Formats: sequence, structure tokens, C-alpha cells
Amino acid sequence: MLTPVLALVVAVLIGGLIVALMGKSPLTAFRVFILDPLTDPWAMQEVLLKATPLTLIAIGLLFCFRASRWNIGAEGQFLLGGICGGGVAILAHGMTGFWILPAMLIAGALGGLAYAAIPAVLRTRFGISEILTSLMLVYVADLLLDYLVRGPWRDPKGFNFPQSVAFSDSAVLQPLFEGGRLHAGLLLALAAVLVAFVLFRRTLFGFAVSASGDAPRAANFAGFNESRITVLVFLISGALAGLAGVVEVSGQVGQLRPGFGQGLGFTAIIVAFLGRLTPAGAGLSAIVIAVLLIGAESAQVTLKLPFDLTRFFMGLLLLCVLVGESLNRYRLEIRKGGA
Amino acid sequence: MDMLPLILATIFTAATPLLIAALGEHVVERAGVLNLGVEGMMIVGAATGFAAAVLSDSSVFGLLAGALAGMALSAVFGVLVIFFATNQVATGLALTILGLGLAGLIGQNFVGQPRGAIAAIEIPLLKDIPVLGKAIFTGDPVFYLSLVLVALVAFGLNRTRIGLLLRAVGENHTSAHSLGLPVRRLRFWAILFGGLMAGLAGAYLSLIYTRFWSPGMSAGRGWIALALVVFAAGHVWRLVLGAYLFGGITVAQLHAQAGAIALPSQLLSALPYLMTIAALLVLSLSGRKGGGAAGSLGQPFVPER
Repeated sequence: MLTPVLALVVAVLIGGLIVALMGKSPLTAFRVFILDPLTDPWAMQEVLLKATPLTLIAIGLLFCFRASRWNIGAEGQFLLGGICGGGVAILAHGMTGFWILPAMLIAGALGGLAYAAIPAVLRTRFGISEILTSLMLVYVADLLLDYLVRGPWRDPKGFNFPQSVAFSDSAVLQPLFEGGRLHAGLLLALAAVLVAFVLFRRTLFGFAVSASGDAPRAANFAGFNESRITVLVFLISGALAGLAGVVEVSGQVGQLRPGFGQGLGFTAIIVAFLGRLTPAGAGLSAIVIAVLLIGAESAQVTLKLPFDLTRFFMGLLLLCVLVGESLNRYRLEIRKGGA
Repeated sequence: MDMLPLILATIFTAATPLLIAALGEHVVERAGVLNLGVEGMMIVGAATGFAAAVLSDSSVFGLLAGALAGMALSAVFGVLVIFFATNQVATGLALTILGLGLAGLIGQNFVGQPRGAIAAIEIPLLKDIPVLGKAIFTGDPVFYLSLVLVALVAFGLNRTRIGLLLRAVGENHTSAHSLGLPVRRLRFWAILFGGLMAGLAGAYLSLIYTRFWSPGMSAGRGWIALALVVFAAGHVWRLVLGAYLFGGITVAQLHAQAGAIALPSQLLSALPYLMTIAALLVLSLSGRKGGGAAGSLGQPFVPER
């Protein structure tokens, strides 16, 4: 629990130094980035909205990372989820019915799942690095979305803007409270945390996943099938990323348009590590990272601090977390003439 | 037939950054380290190189600055994975995320500024060879440098003592350590070399290939370079082949987009990424499953626990 907190503190200190170097007040930046989103009720709602997809994706990634399988293409699976779920909404445009939303969610999850199956199968059947294939598919998903919203799915009345029609009401996740913006996606994220928690704590499958990451040879001897675990963790993380994608499209954006991914699939990697690869940790870290992202949005306007600063900070934070994990595991010894 | 040498020359220009970055990563992976930060080091090299070239009004200084920026970033990676034994995959990924942000910060005041071409070097006599002469022997200085680097890396890894030690460390770090080899120091040097190359490749992109800076301009080239290293399966000459093949695909899809081909432009843009996967698949089907990777690739080394 202490390690990620310390890592966060160190990253914030270094970040403050960079802000000072850019000629801005670090204290003001601290207020805008961290305090304001936490104190303003409107901003807090935005934080939870941002934390929803982050939690869903990160929970999925936990399964991969715990098993030392490196799915770094969650961004692509997120986009595919949005595309498939959004596709249902576009095809059902103008219709009403309680079936539309569930169909969208299922289509989104299946889309992400199918997209994640590609690197998984390439790895288990052909021994191809899942790192490279899952990442290459992010660029492909990005271009597919671009093609769809400029081509077949473009809103005919949209003044040629690259975007789909606005979804009708029965394809939009409705607010949970009157006048608020929080939608049922938040409940899905909470459910994912709970289910993952139980899976890792109470089931053989959760144990097999962790074991095959921590001690692959031992896991083999115990009879856990390596290929099956690879495919399963990829399918789980793909389905959750896809679900996050359709939740984002249906609950936040209300249509398909380029760039709805916002790099959340990559940010979720940081969320997973900041949460020390535990389900509850992922939920908490998703909120921390969401605070920073919402802070970054207002810092762009009020302090004219570019979003690249936030990107830089995210990388820095991940580095600090990784060093923290190492210091936890090993004792650092400084010796002269060591190897 | 005046088009052919021109097209060949653009293929070489498109391939050179891939080749340089892949050469660097090849050495890193021979030493048993997987640095997934190539994309990040490359884009920081591109931004720093461009900014330095504009400020000093010297493209040569820009290339140097870009290379050094890449190396500085790789030093961070090196310290973390070598001395703190952090997870290499996650650390490399963090480096890429950090690099993309850092490059945006460095380059923010230079977006859209044009930059003149760097003078080509024409080699007398050789450049008069039909077709190939004009394509190969009127290139930019870094193109020639990349060929020299290919020879140096191939010779260095296979024919020198330091290359042998580096490969020994990569193949089995525990054995190398028990033989008294300075595993961590050798790996650190290899990582720095990889950063230098990735930075140079990035500076080549912004100063010679496109001649302007735009955010995110590396567009996955660092990742393609990583794939090339897998594709090369330990052979430097296959690195060259792979890089020029990809240069060819890039140029072909650009020409197809400019011409009237009835395919969506996005599909053509996706070709380099799809071809990367296809190339890895072909490699695997030809029965060289993971054959080329160094024995202890990606494993953290912690002496005497």
C-alpha cells in the first residue's frame, strides 16, 4: 500500500519541478491538477466518469500482467468495443426497445474479445510475440474507426464532419440520478472489481493465472496449461476493454467519432501497475489517474499547460512505481567493482 | 524510366530510420535486454534534433543532439532495468509514454516550421551507373552512415572480443557472471548504444525524411523497428532486407494513395502494420520459431541473491 503512494509523491515532486522549469507555479498546478477535481462536486462526477473505463480496462489487464502475458494493445480492443457496440446503435438508429443497450454491450465485449484473440492465438499457435502484434493492431483499429466515420457510418446530415449519427435515447446509458451524469457503467466497473477480487482470492483459475506468471515451470508441473491460460487472459482483458469502449461511446460520447479512445487503453496500463496488479488497487488507482486527467483538462485551459505534460507525467509515474516495486523486492547494495 | 531511381531513393530514405533504430535495438537484444522504449526514444530524438537544428541553424548539430537525447533517455531505462532490476517490458513501455509527452513539450514551439534539405553526397563515377547509381550514390550523409553502421555492428558482434562478450552475456547471464564478465556494465553500454541509434533515427525522420516536426510523427516506426529485430532472428543482413522491404511498402502505399486506386486510404495506411504481423507469421511458418532471440532476453539479472 505504501509503495505506490510513495511513488506518486516522488512523481508529483519531480512533476512540480518540471512545471517550475516551464515558468509556472508548481503550487497552482498542484491545486488545479489534484485539489480542484477532488473538492468540486461537478469535477468529482467527471472523475468517476473517467475512472469507469480505466477501471474496466485495468481489471482486464491484471489478468494478463499477473500471468506475465503482455497485452499492450488494450487501446485497440477498447476502440473495437466502441466500434462494434456503436455499430449496433447505428444499425438500430430510430428504433426503440429495451434490447438495444444489452445488445450493444454484448457486441462491444465480443468485439474487444475477438480483437484480443488475434495476438493470443498468434502467440500460442505460432510463437509470435504478443507485445508487437497487440500493439500493431492498435494502429489498425484507429484507422478502421477513421474509415468507418468518414465512410459508411458518417452522419449524412453531419455537414461532412467525420462522425456518426448521434445515438437515439434507447442506445444511450441513461444517468443514474436526475440531473447527474453518472451512468450504469460505474456499476459495471464496480462489479468487475468485485468479480476479479473473488476470482483471484477464491478460485483455482485465479491461482493458475498468478502461478503461471510468477513461476511458469512450477505452473506447468502443476498441470496448468500454458496456452490455455494465455488465451483466457487475453480474452478476458479484450472483453473488458471492449466493454469499456462501448460504455464510453454510449455513456459519454453518444456517437462514434475519431479519437474517442483518448489513449485510455494505454493509461490503463499505468493504472494496473499503480494498483500493484490487484483488483481493489486498480479501482483506487483509476480514481487517482482520473483526478490527474480531469485536472489536466482544466490545466490546459487555465494554466495553458499542454496535455503533453500530463503524458510525460504518466510515464514518469509508471517509472517511479516500477522502481518502488523493485526496492520492495530487493535490498539495494552499493559496492565498488561489482558486476 | 526516370522515375525508378527516384522511387528507389525514396525507399531508401523511408527505410533508413527503421534500419538505424533496429540496428541499435539488435545490439541491445543480443545483450539480453528488451527495450520497448524505441518509439519513445525515437520521437524525443526527432523533436530534440529538430529544435536543436533550428536553434543552431545546423542540421548536423541537430542530428547529433537528437542522437544524444535518445541516449539520455536510454540511460534512464538502463539505470532502472540494470541497477533496479525493474520489469523490462513495463519499463520500456513507460519510456515510450514518457517520451511521447516529452517530445511534445520539446517540440511545441517548432510545429510547422520548415527546414531546408541537408546536402546530398554524390559519389563521382559510381553515380553514373544506370538506375542504381542515381538511387544509391546520391544519397544523404546519414544514409551512407547507416550502411557503415550495418557493417560495424555485424563485424563488431561477430568478429570482435567485445561482441563475443556481449553475446555471451545475452545468451546466459548467470554463466557469464560466473565467468567473471561484467554483465551489468556490458548491458548498460549496449542500452546506451541502442538509445543513440534510436535518437539518430528520430532526428533523421524530422530533419531528412519529412523536414518538419509534428507531434506523434514517429507513427509506430519504433515498434516496427522492434519487429524487424525479431524478423532478423539474429542476422544483421536480414535487418537490412527487412528495413528496405518495409521502406518499399511505405512508399508503395503512399504512391497508391496518391494514384487513383479504389481502396480506402485507411486500408493502405494500415498496410505497414498488417505487413509487420504478416512478416512475423511468415517467419514463424518457415520454422524459425523464436530461434533467433538471445537466451536470457528480457530476464532481469540480479547477482548472488
